[in-house]
Amino acid sequence: MPDNPHSKTAALTTAQVAHVAKLARLEVAPGRIEEYRTQLAAVLGHIAQLDAVDLAGVEPMAHPFESHNRLAADIPVEGLSIEAVLMNAPAVEGRFLAVPKVLAEGD
Amino acid sequence: MTSPTHTTPVHNTPSDMTALRDAVATGTTTAESICAGMLAVTAERNTEINAFHEVFAEHALEAARRVDSDARAGRPLPPLAGMPIAIKDNVATTLGRTTCSSRMLENYRSPFDATAVERLAHAGAVVMGKTNMDEFAMGSSGEHCKWGPVRNPWDSTRVPGGSSAGSAAAVAGGMCAAAIGSDTGGSIRQPASFCGIVGLKPTYGRISRWGLVAFGSSLDQIGPMTRSVRDAALMLDVMSGIDERDSTTADRPPTELAKTVERPIEGLRVGIPRQYMSDANDTEVSAAVHAAADAYRALGATIVSVELPLTDVGISTYYVIAPAEASSNLARYDGIRYGHRAQLQPGEDLFTLYARSRSEGFGPEVQRRIMLGTYMLSSGYYDAYYKRALQVRRRIKQEFDQAFTACDVLLGPTAPTPAFGFGANSDPLAMYLCDVYTVNTNIAGICGVSIPAGFAERNGKHLPIGVQLQANAFEEDRLLRAARMLERALATTTGAHVARM
Repeated sequence: MPDNPHSKTAALTTAQVAHVAKLARLEVAPGRIEEYRTQLAAVLGHIAQLDAVDLAGVEPMAHPFESHNRLAADIPVEGLSIEAVLMNAPAVEGRFLAVPKVLAEGD
Repeated sequence: MTSPTHTTPVHNTPSDMTALRDAVATGTTTAESICAGMLAVTAERNTEINAFHEVFAEHALEAARRVDSDARAGRPLPPLAGMPIAIKDNVATTLGRTTCSSRMLENYRSPFDATAVERLAHAGAVVMGKTNMDEFAMGSSGEHCKWGPVRNPWDSTRVPGGSSAGSAAAVAGGMCAAAIGSDTGGSIRQPASFCGIVGLKPTYGRISRWGLVAFGSSLDQIGPMTRSVRDAALMLDVMSGIDERDSTTADRPPTELAKTVERPIEGLRVGIPRQYMSDANDTEVSAAVHAAADAYRALGATIVSVELPLTDVGISTYYVIAPAEASSNLARYDGIRYGHRAQLQPGEDLFTLYARSRSEGFGPEVQRRIMLGTYMLSSGYYDAYYKRALQVRRRIKQEFDQAFTACDVLLGPTAPTPAFGFGANSDPLAMYLCDVYTVNTNIAGICGVSIPAGFAERNGKHLPIGVQLQANAFEEDRLLRAARMLERALATTTGAHVARM
């Protein structure tokens, strides 16, 4: 956990951008990594102004109203039909979504 | 004014939706003629303006004819009977596609209607078409759209604002009676300002988000984009209220603001945050705010100066929270269940399928924000960015609460400038900074409305300027009554706009 995100921002490297792209499941062409690095570094540099805000004793606020979860009545309701679920699928085999092989031979 | 086609928005009719609705109910006109008129304007102007991605002409005319037949038979008409309404393309409709103006969803057909759409239809509205937007609602200009940029009806060399670009342009261009947009950081209010219409961002939880494609779940709200304040009140009345399918809807009854919106507020206190009158605003923008303050004074309101010191920090807070939530929400687009799927070469694996599908399906701005959010949520950075932004969020909310002890509504610019030209903010950070006056409304979850308040002249064209009013959470009654007072005082109803041209 870095104490000071400024230093990390300034040091944002193409390797970090490539790593983040991988975490985000994005296939960024090698020729575009530097462009993204420059743009992301500029935004992160701006965001560093958050460090100047005095936050002593301030609790994080993830949601405007911090409402509690509202539970629905425990009554079964009709979900989407299989046809409705599959109607936008890019590849289907029978009643199933088709995907490339997940496990290699011998797994 | 050289070319009327370019400079006469709402040339179809100067009436607002409430007036059109009344005209249908009293038999002065027919829903079919209103609908046909707007379809004709759309046919004439949409090629240039590009507000609509899809128009449901036959469906709209049929629905309008049903309303006319009900009216002739003397059956009671619902509040929006026969009114053609445009729907932003990130709101699910069973009619047509729901693309978010993205290649990722270019063929996506929703198996259900959003709650807001369901409620509009139940109130008699006619879903006229789907409007173009910045991809996945990420943008402030309407330029980042798979289906081409949207143009401002007041000056087609300029952007309409975004992300609810097509909805704003369709209302301003006379192509529909009203529209709905979504607002995560200003996406209803800023294009409303640029296009000279009314745009309301309701309190978080007022309108169900069921069927709204998720971007920043703690920030997103659906809201009306209209020709008048009373139209916005009417649409909020129809769309608001608890929804079992969205657990974040507030447990409150639907609003009934159409009944009260014409009633001025006695002893209204209008606060002007000192930080909103920045030197960075265009002269005409600050002048419009001063003129609005003068109008309020003339109505007997008190103008007070208030402090919102964290105004500028809002952008930084927003560009942590919104990308963080977006990176999580947009993880669902994996090329498996729906959305774009890349073609793999033999031997390529599942990871490649995910990554290539996403990079082919999402445009650069969406990928930028996903990477930003992923970075800030990644191990070692979470506390420094995300947790810190959530702490600042609470401080921003506290500042608003403090300001609202001294005033009932806040007045300021909606955006620092009128509509800018295409490509003027091609640097992502420069584009983000345009949202300085609107993001904090979403961060705090309160309500805000932009209403037309003047014009700036650029190259012989009149560009609308909006002013923004904000009120505390669930204070839409106060917000819209105050907005209506100003609208009446400034005579900036759409009719007056046309008269001014």
